Amino acid sequence: MLLSANHWISGLSETLAINDLHFMLVIVGAWTMLGFAGFLRPHSIRFVARLLFPAGAILCLGIAFLAGLFLASGQAPQFVVLPLGLPDLPFHIRLDVLSGFFLLLLGVGGAGISTFAAGYFRSGEGTAPALLGLEYHLFLASMAVVILADDAYLFMVAWETMALSSYFLVTSHHRIPEIRRAGFLYLIMAHVGAVCILLSFGVLQGGSWQFTFDAMRSAHFAPFWATTAFLLALLGFGAKAGLVPMHVWLPEAHPAAPSPVSAMMSGLMLKTAIYGMLRVSFDLLSIRFWQWGVLLLVLGLFSALFGAIFAAVQTDMKRLLAYSSIENIGLIFAGIGLSILFETSNMHLFAALALTAALLHSFNHALFKSLLFLTTGSVLHATKQRSLGKLGGLIRRMPWVASLALIGTLSIAGLPPLNGFVSEWLLLQSFLFTPQLPHAFLNMLIPLGAAALALAVALSAYVMVKFYGVIFLGQPREPSLVSARDANWLERLGLIWLAAGCILVGALPQLVLRAIAPVTAKLLGDTVKSSSTFWSIAPIAQEQASYSGLILLAGILSVVAVTFVCVRLLAHGRIRRTDAWDCGYPWQTSRMQDTAEGFGQPIRHLFGTFFRMERDMPSASDTAPRYRIYIEDRLWRSVYLPIARGVQKLSDAIGFLQGGRLSIYLLYSFLTLLALLVFVL
Amino acid sequence: MRAISFFRQFVEVVLAIAIAPLFAGWIAQCRAWLQNRSAPPLLLPYRMLRKLFFKDVALATDASALFRATPYVLFGTMVLAAAIIPSLVTDLPMARVADSIALVGLFATARVFLSLAAMDIGTAFGTLGARREMMVGFLAEPALLMVLFNAFLLYGSTSLPSLVDGYRTHPSIIDPSVIFAAVAFAMVALAENARIPIDNPSTHLELTMIHEAMLLEYSARHLALVEWASSLKLFNYACIGFALFLPWGIATQGSDGAGALLIAIAALIGKLVIAGAALALIESLSAKLRIFRAPEYLAMAFLLAVLGLLVHLLLGA
Repeated sequence: MLLSANHWISGLSETLAINDLHFMLVIVGAWTMLGFAGFLRPHSIRFVARLLFPAGAILCLGIAFLAGLFLASGQAPQFVVLPLGLPDLPFHIRLDVLSGFFLLLLGVGGAGISTFAAGYFRSGEGTAPALLGLEYHLFLASMAVVILADDAYLFMVAWETMALSSYFLVTSHHRIPEIRRAGFLYLIMAHVGAVCILLSFGVLQGGSWQFTFDAMRSAHFAPFWATTAFLLALLGFGAKAGLVPMHVWLPEAHPAAPSPVSAMMSGLMLKTAIYGMLRVSFDLLSIRFWQWGVLLLVLGLFSALFGAIFAAVQTDMKRLLAYSSIENIGLIFAGIGLSILFETSNMHLFAALALTAALLHSFNHALFKSLLFLTTGSVLHATKQRSLGKLGGLIRRMPWVASLALIGTLSIAGLPPLNGFVSEWLLLQSFLFTPQLPHAFLNMLIPLGAAALALAVALSAYVMVKFYGVIFLGQPREPSLVSARDANWLERLGLIWLAAGCILVGALPQLVLRAIAPVTAKLLGDTVKSSSTFWSIAPIAQEQASYSGLILLAGILSVVAVTFVCVRLLAHGRIRRTDAWDCGYPWQTSRMQDTAEGFGQPIRHLFGTFFRMERDMPSASDTAPRYRIYIEDRLWRSVYLPIARGVQKLSDAIGFLQGGRLSIYLLYSFLTLLALLVFVL
Repeated sequence: MRAISFFRQFVEVVLAIAIAPLFAGWIAQCRAWLQNRSAPPLLLPYRMLRKLFFKDVALATDASALFRATPYVLFGTMVLAAAIIPSLVTDLPMARVADSIALVGLFATARVFLSLAAMDIGTAFGTLGARREMMVGFLAEPALLMVLFNAFLLYGSTSLPSLVDGYRTHPSIIDPSVIFAAVAFAMVALAENARIPIDNPSTHLELTMIHEAMLLEYSARHLALVEWASSLKLFNYACIGFALFLPWGIATQGSDGAGALLIAIAALIGKLVIAGAALALIESLSAKLRIFRAPEYLAMAFLLAVLGLLVHLLLGA
């Protein structure tokens, strides 16, 4: 069935004889136009949000459709050279399978987020509607261009546009000092990362001074320079992706942004960093070393564990999700690292398996993390609360949001039969083959890596039970929550789209695996043969391991249905509503439930060494006892603050150059010109 | 796929559903004997289920649909797990649906649902139980996965039927790592099934209970389904243990006759009798740990499993 559908799709693209890339560029252009169209009626939220955002969502669907068509048809890469930009530096644009896959991800995720955003933005909040629409659509367009760029120049231009437009989106409530501070931190990290990427491209051009990616592909490097380029790229893209220790901006910036923007940043923008990392390490660099794989694996697993542990102790729902993004990015990087490790040991099939897991997890993360960030947006609008300690019981007030959030929660917790499990299962499967690596010492250590992975995944289930349980279940912790209203229909539509994606990819991961197969075939020369049946996947061999989300889902549903009918037929369905039992304790209040701090307490206890904690304990004689706990990342004090102080000292030291007199500055210009002349002549 | 496979699949699932409460009853009986108490009748769990099914449900006013659906989901996942685990035969049509890692995931799904349902009413004990259950769960899962890794290293598969078949074709492999893995598995199984030393299934002492704290708000048919699902979970864990470490008697690929099936049933019942008695012995000999000693206990299980892996790699290399 799927085969015939595939056949049909490739036939369609052949008969239409369309050039996907041209259409994609039209879509990118249309996004930009949509952004500027908002200025026709700059203060009308109805025009900008209810009309332009849905149009943007349809364009997202268009780009996803084109990317899917391109991947299914197995065409050769398509090129366009746009005569824009600086003289003699035209924009090179190229669509190949790797960019096709990430555009598919961008389109599918973006469609849901834009639909939600259409219902989310209200007038009188933060930035003016037209400006918001412009920033939002430029953000979307620049992400697409980052993925399509085929020269370092265009890549950097799009990368910077992406960073700046998202910076302005993050600071759309710029009157709040914390948000300005979060935006500033984000801007600094984005630029440090961009400088590293720029330097990496500088190394990659290999003395040819040609900045097209084609020239970089054909360049040859000594191991030292290849490693330098790789490490710079890792720093740059790692800073964007939020890999520990470059993660500090992420838990600050994501909560500060409006929820659809958090969803875009976490679900989609982090993936452009994954894309860049893959582009540099598998496509632009022609050689790889196993040590790189080990480095990525260690960083990835540490990030995964770190993110999960910190997520478990958060009390702000969006910060919790931001830390969970760090965890998921860690899992993706671990998959990429494993893939490099296998590839350098000439085990291409296993390398393809690990890379497939990483790519599928990127796709899944785009779905469920966007979904969850959007639900926090609905909760925020309904309750005006971001702190978990003031929420609770919303499943009864917001049934739509609660049930869709449940799907996202179960997916991100890595539970079968939803999509998060499939990618984590594939990642664990690829870990199983590490004992076949030809490095005796590594073979001993990598099982521990698998254990770290398992621990991170299991912890994420803990985190998500906390997230869902504290927000949606239990008793409302504040009286104002009783009047919370459910999401409007546009918001619901966006949430339903993403939740349906979670279920569909969980039941039929083949749909995405087929889109991934050409990517691994191109990057590694081998693909995971998902078995011939359309209901189950068996990455290596049927008798070794197989999984079928569809039958699992159908099985659970049918057993539940049969059990339900049997119980009703053989027994009865009588129900009496009473008060809760709670061991007969009569004076229950909503404050007796676990707070977010309480639910995270075992994690604080177990992983205390990770945190820097400050606790104010009330004494026995306090008349108004208050318990306060403050948790901080150790890295912040041990790494970031010393660096910041160093920079401050340095700038103080060279501050004397700034005399404030015009003649001094003219003198500097003169001296600079003189120096340049000497240098040139 | 042959009709006989589907028939045997059906027999296996029905048998699992039917004898899981009996297994729980047997353990309770052995425990009573070992502790010099007069034993409850073997069939007591069935009578309990019958009684509960015909009572009226007393449901808290604030209970949501999630709370009411969870007993069915728990039962559904456990029945499905029983269909995947080769307790009688290895030629199972359902076995291709999920390998052992997916099975661990399925158990995690059940655990998450139960924890969420426990938080639904918003009572102090419910959230307390949910928090503790999730803590035990996230510590037990890595240890269990390490045990499965060990099995993969020995037989090159994570699919339980293939493991059993692999053992039956190369029974000569006696690897010291198996012993480490078996001990680790037993420790994890105790923790996951809310047995002593992590939890005590027979008390409702507020400050120590984990599993029971989550069930406090359930009554009548909901409680019956949850209890049945718990006994199925214990049965499933026992069968995973048999498949990994004591696969004798399980009808392998190619042995089609009714005789093989009967032998398999007899072997299963024999193994369950011994395992139940052993479990009761362990529970009678050990004391419940403080809740914050549980991580140490599970870390020990994890380290044993990793030691097993290292032993295998060192000896194999």
